[in-house]
Parts: sequence; C-alpha cells; structure tokens
Amino acid sequence: MFDEKRIRIITGHYGSGKTEFAVNYTFGLAAAGAKTAIVDLDIVNPYFRSRQLEPLFEEKGIRVISSSIKGLSGDIPALSPEINTVFHDKSYQAVLDVGGDKVGATALGRYHEYLDKEPYDMLFVLNANRSMTQDLDGAIKYIRAIEAGSRQKVTALVNNTHLCGETTIDDIMKGQALCEKVSDALGLPIKYVVVQRSLVAQLPQNLKGEVFPIDIYMKKPWEIEDML
Amino acid sequence: MAKELWKGNEAIAEAAIKAGCRYFFGYPITPQNEIPEYMSLRLPQEGGVFLQAESEVAAINMVYGGAGSGARVMTSSSSPGISLKAEGISYIAGAELPCVIVNIVRGGPGLGGIQPAQSDYYQATKGGGHGDYRLIVIAPSSVQEAVDLTQEAFDMADQYRIPVMIMGDGMIGQMMEPVEFKPVAKRSLPEKTWATVGTGGKREPNIINSLFIDPQECENHNIKLFKKYDEITANETRVENYNIEGAEIVFVAYGTTARIVRNAITKLASEGIKAGMIRPITLWPFPTAAVEAAANQASVKAFISVEMSMGQMIDDVKIASNGKKPVHFYGRTGGMIPTPAAIVEHAKKVLGGAK
Repeated sequence: MFDEKRIRIITGHYGSGKTEFAVNYTFGLAAAGAKTAIVDLDIVNPYFRSRQLEPLFEEKGIRVISSSIKGLSGDIPALSPEINTVFHDKSYQAVLDVGGDKVGATALGRYHEYLDKEPYDMLFVLNANRSMTQDLDGAIKYIRAIEAGSRQKVTALVNNTHLCGETTIDDIMKGQALCEKVSDALGLPIKYVVVQRSLVAQLPQNLKGEVFPIDIYMKKPWEIEDML
Repeated sequence: MAKELWKGNEAIAEAAIKAGCRYFFGYPITPQNEIPEYMSLRLPQEGGVFLQAESEVAAINMVYGGAGSGARVMTSSSSPGISLKAEGISYIAGAELPCVIVNIVRGGPGLGGIQPAQSDYYQATKGGGHGDYRLIVIAPSSVQEAVDLTQEAFDMADQYRIPVMIMGDGMIGQMMEPVEFKPVAKRSLPEKTWATVGTGGKREPNIINSLFIDPQECENHNIKLFKKYDEITANETRVENYNIEGAEIVFVAYGTTARIVRNAITKLASEGIKAGMIRPITLWPFPTAAVEAAANQASVKAFISVEMSMGQMIDDVKIASNGKKPVHFYGRTGGMIPTPAAIVEHAKKVLGGAK
C-alpha cells in the first residue's frame, strides 16, 4: 500500500468518491512517515473539495496546496504557482486530486512538461453506481476523456463503488466485476478496492487489488456529529 | 431499478428528461452548472434541444416561447440569475404558461457567494417579478425528493398552467445521494388547446399574451388567476410533520436545514426535551394549516423558524400561528450552514424564556 510513484494523480468521475479516496490516501501516506503534500487541482466542483479539510491536513503535518486565491468558497479556476513545488522538490510525496471530468482534468495538462520527465502513477477511481460509468463502454469513454484532457495516462484502477451510507458488499462486488472487465480491456491493474472500515470483515478473500479501508471525512452538514 | 449515486443537480436534470422535458434554455452560474452541462449532453440524445442563451433574460424568454408552443420546457439558474429572469417569470405567470424553473440558491444579496443559502424565499414566494402572481415553489430536502418532485412539477405546471419553481439550496444541488428513478402517479392532464402549434387553416390562431389594456379585463384576469391559486392551495400544499405529537418546541425548516434540524431534535430528545418539526415541501402554497394546528396544540410552547437566511419564512410562520404561540428565529446566512449544536442551544434558550 502507498507504494506508488512519488507523484500520484487521483482522477475519476465527479461524485465517484475520488476526493474521499484522495483524502484517506493522503492521511495514510503521511501516517506511514512520508513528507506529504496534497494538491487540490479541482477547479470544477464548488463544494466537497479536499481543501476544505485544510486544518485537519495541517494538524497531520501535510502540506495543502490549492488555489492561489484564499477562502473556501471561490469558484475562480486559479492554479497556484506553489503547485510547482511538488514537481521541483523531490523530497515530497505528492497526491494530486484532479477535478472529475475532461474539463477538470485539463488543469493537470498544464503540468505535462513535468509529468513527461518524471514517472507518475495515475489512479482512476471507478464507482459502478454512477450513471456514466456503470458499464464497460461508459468507463472506458470516461478514462479516455480524462486522459485526453489531462494529456496523461491512467496507470491503475481503484474500485470505489459505493452508495454513501447505504453501501453493501454487493455494491463493492458489482464494481469489482466492472473493474475486472475494464482491467482486461485496457490492460490496467486493479490497485485498490476501497471499502468503509465497518464493512472490511465482510469482503471475500483473494480480490484483485489491495483492500483499502477508509473513514468518511467529506461529510454533509447533518452528518457532522462531533458538532453536537 | 436499483439505486444509483447521483449529484443533486444532474439528478434534477435527468428527472426532467424522464418527465418529458425536451427543451432547456439556460446560462451558467455556480452552484447549478451541472444542470445545463448534463442537459447539453443528454437532450440531443433524446431528440431535444439544449441551448445556452446569451443571458438569463434571453433564456427565460426562450422558455416563454417554448412553453407557449405546448412543449415541456425547463430553465435553471442560481440566485442572481433568477433575479435577471424575474421579468420573464412574471410574463410567463401572466400568460398562464406551464414550465419548470430551478433555483439552486447561493448566498446573496448581489453577487454574494457560491455556498448554499435559503435567502431567496421572499423572491420565490412573494413575487420577485412584478404583479399579482404566484409560482408553485417546491423545496426538496434530499436528492431523491428532488428527483420525485421535479418529475411531478411538470405535471403540476401542465395541470394548472403555472410556472413551477424547484428551489434547492446549493447543498441539494451539489451533494451526492443514492437515488431511484420511479415513475410518478399519473394525473389526468388537460389538452393544450391554447398552444401555438399552427392552425392548419382550421381554426382561429391562438394568442399567448399577458397584455390587458382595458383595466377591467386586467382585473378579471387577476381574479381568474387567484381562483386558480386557491385551487392549488387546496390541492397541492405539501408538508411533512415530524415528531409533532407532544412536542414542546416546533421547528419549521425546509431543504438542507430540515436535515440538520432532525439531528437537533434527536439531540434534544436525548436531553429529555421533546421537539418536533414542520417541514414545508411546498413553500408556496405554504402549509399554513399544519402550523395553525401546531399552534393550537396545548403541548407546544413556541415555534423556531430555522433558515439559511436572516429570517424570511418566519413571516409565514407568524401569519399561520397568528399570535397564538411565540415564533422565534435561528439562522445563518451568506453560505454559512447552521450546526445542530447551535440549534439545540437556541431551542434551550427559547424554552428557558417561554413561559
């Protein structure tokens, strides 16, 4: 786990749970002792972005790089010059959370001169419960669109099939079947199978890909119970 | 059909298509952009038309034209964009045309910000445009409800020849929730004999208009509209009563705020305080009778209107409670979201003082 190349790019359909995975991955990477930075490249979504967890990242010693315009609520697609840091300073282990469609991925294309020179891993987060990526055709189209927008290549798949709080093992297995089809068609490995921590014990053995338990950080306002 | 995961905005767009909407005219603004984006992809697949107009004013007048021809038409925007559409909305209401308008509300006034708000309550329910008119205003509290009610909104619009507004705060548009698309109950809808679809040389042309130069004629038209509004009030008022029986304190809240208030009610119950909620699903017609009934209930000491605004719906709660019980307010605005803890605190303060 976390053995990806220094630059990890997380992509996927918006609403696939890409940011939730990116946040959990970043916390895990930092907990394993790496000098970690998360780059929020999401210029598409106005809500539920990784940057809103900035205090939590900082508490864990993780550097957060997002827009050059401060404040959570801007929808100005401004990329910070600070982003270049993670390409130049190779002591960083970096996670790039990329906006969830072809347009969102275009922001990444801006950095192709770095990514052409340094090997990276680009994980495509797949949720088979999303209408646009629920069959082989849709998933491949989405992968190709994100690759075209970002000018980079997906290197592995992440099965993140869920239904928020209503997720069952059947959802995850449905997503696993789709990931296996995509994996066969495109020759991409399934790297992780994402599962809420409470469901881990119910997962069958010998799945393709490592089981990646997550906690939910991207909460809706009424789910934030520690406010009570 | 199995549940899928949908973002509020795209779910509203797909629900509209399932309801037979084939024409969408709009202009981008955050936080509702997924609606036009989704429509631009899906409507051509369904043989429909998506058009990004040069402005909100143009878009709403395209809706006027499309609705006049009897088609199922929709537009969507967020607060400042709805202000721009206000003139057109008044014309459509005056001309008695059915259409669906989505407002995914953000902080205001002016440009405000892009985070969720409920500060367009007055605009939606008390006018916005000029003249004596009403919109049916529907306020979903979950993505599932947004899907169900958007489908029904097209039927309501056709049944009463009235513009229907789906009003969600930004959170309703932006959040992901499990959704099942289900067919809505069939209504028997009148034929659109008024639509401008060509006479075929067989009848006098239909004219769609909101101009009445003779004041008596204009008054007659208003009286006719208000008969219709009475009928809608009688037939279409929607409300959810939650935990009202024996409640000391009754919250009134809609949309995202109602979801937060539910948590506050659970927390209050754990501290031995019985609280309930009236959740208006239609903001117009407002569920006056539900508030009235609670005001007449002996256990109820006070109401608290909880809103993401400086206090707008509270006016309707006061009118409905008619002085029988005190009506208090708790709100956050400008894109700030109330926390359950703050609502709990406010309820305790109110009960402490409500004798």
